[in-house]
Amino acid sequence: MTAFLVRRLLSLAFTAWLATVAVFVVLEVVPGDPALLMLGTEARPDTLEALRAQLGLDRPAPVRYAEWIGGLLTGDLGVSVTYNRPVAELVAERLVITVPLALGALALSTLLALPLGLFAASRHGRAGDWAVMAFGQLGIAVPGFWFAILLILVFAVELGWLPAGGFPGWSAGAGPALTALLLPAVALAVPEAAILARVTRAAVLDTLREDYVRTARAKGLGRRAVLGRHVLPNALVPVVTILGLQFAFLVGGAVVVENVFQLPGLGRLVYQAVGQRDLVVVRDVVVLLALFVVAVNLLVDAAHAAIDPRPRGAA
Amino acid sequence: MTAPPRRSWPPSLVAGGVLTLLVVAVALLSLVWTPHEPERVRVLARLRPPGPGHWLGTDHFGRDVLSMLMAGARHSLAVAAAAVAVGLAVGVPLGLAAAARPGWGDEAVARGADLLFAFPAVLTAILLTALLGPGALNAVLAIGAFNAAVLARVTRGAARQVWRREFVRAALALGRGPGGATLVHVLPNVAGVIVVQATILFAVAILNEAALSYLGLGVQPPAPSWGRMLGDAQTHLFTSPLQAVFPGAAIAVAVLGLNLLGDGLRDLLDPRHGAARVT
Repeated sequence: MTAFLVRRLLSLAFTAWLATVAVFVVLEVVPGDPALLMLGTEARPDTLEALRAQLGLDRPAPVRYAEWIGGLLTGDLGVSVTYNRPVAELVAERLVITVPLALGALALSTLLALPLGLFAASRHGRAGDWAVMAFGQLGIAVPGFWFAILLILVFAVELGWLPAGGFPGWSAGAGPALTALLLPAVALAVPEAAILARVTRAAVLDTLREDYVRTARAKGLGRRAVLGRHVLPNALVPVVTILGLQFAFLVGGAVVVENVFQLPGLGRLVYQAVGQRDLVVVRDVVVLLALFVVAVNLLVDAAHAAIDPRPRGAA
Repeated sequence: MTAPPRRSWPPSLVAGGVLTLLVVAVALLSLVWTPHEPERVRVLARLRPPGPGHWLGTDHFGRDVLSMLMAGARHSLAVAAAAVAVGLAVGVPLGLAAAARPGWGDEAVARGADLLFAFPAVLTAILLTALLGPGALNAVLAIGAFNAAVLARVTRGAARQVWRREFVRAALALGRGPGGATLVHVLPNVAGVIVVQATILFAVAILNEAALSYLGLGVQPPAPSWGRMLGDAQTHLFTSPLQAVFPGAAIAVAVLGLNLLGDGLRDLLDPRHGAARVT
């Protein structure tokens, strides 16, 4: 198992490195003069020169890349041109919103999907199964941000139970902060849960058809014991795989949902940075979000290796 | 001798086909007819509720919502179709080549797909927009890059299985080159998987296009798009909540139709899959 994880770690580290190269090349090499792109053609020559010096454009691209990677590793991400503040500070302020939002949505979707998938599989071919499958189809078809707007319409506009958007900050207390994150997390979680519930249902049904499950039943093991000891551990393997793949969608969804709810998270930061042409912020946040996706995939691989009951060689 | 059993159409194929045809028909109809000019601003008729004259009401510029939805279908389908075409044109040849020549090329395709998977389509679009400005073309490139990664991976996986089959080995033994074997034997056997995947990616592309247009990074005004209509409707949620319902429902119907069509095609083209489902 250790060898497997080391191999995956190396492969993902390579992917992470490639991600930094791709973003650097796209943003710093392709446009020609990033300073001109950021300030526009109307900018005064001395302002342009000052920004070029700040961005280090007088140095060769490989040197700038090495400096950037060094900064990424040490937490020095450069200075935002718009906010005139270190990007690391901006990111730290926004992470306390985006990370709880993404992890909360992941937890909510898993808590919703696993029981639904199990329920559907146990009612295979009956009304309960059809209801979960219909939820699955609808959940996949409904755009997350539309679902978010509908949630605002019902819970903020009509019922007035929850805020329509904004974030009071953690300093206002955990209660108001979590209340502000609740609707966005639900908006992200439900479409994910729809996909996960379908995968769980299919995985449980596939496992139920396996010979070892039939053998376990034949030797007199109770239904619950078979489900807990044989079906669930095997069915969880594909579910965890999809959970990892879905995380990238969750991050993409978070960028949109943060904008729907006007949450000042990483997604909103990068979106606003595009409008402000703040390439330093765009570069750093896009890479950080991509690295976040890669890191979660590594965690998923580790979880995969831990829960997969099959022998390592066969896995 | 008994006649082979008659194969019935999977219900999801029929339902998905009908919904998809409906959306395509509306998009095509909008080329020649809409109840009103979709881009025409009528300030005096702004935020009208649904009623005679404007069946789905008007938006904050007094534009007819039904006409905008019809024209939006055209833009949404065009961007999604182009993004799937980019995915097919790049992903399928890469996947086929990777499966035909295991080794560093195969590894490069697998790692390239891993790399693209680390960037959700919205992030890629944000990167491209930062450089090139917003627009439908950038949306096509961003969504197309994601599609290419998925199709390369799916094609590679399916093609590798075909390469292990006896008839492909026989073709190679008879002197056919890897390129010829790929075109004559492998591609026809993976075409079903690719068609199913492309249909599902079409649905995902519609969702992504809507999200990008909502953020203002996709189809640009005055051309109507479903995502932008939702963005506009959100600012008038308290006064005109219905405006936020119609564009979302249109997206959901289009995506639902394509997903059902994809499921149905899978049942039809891969009978094993269908059988496993009903037992």
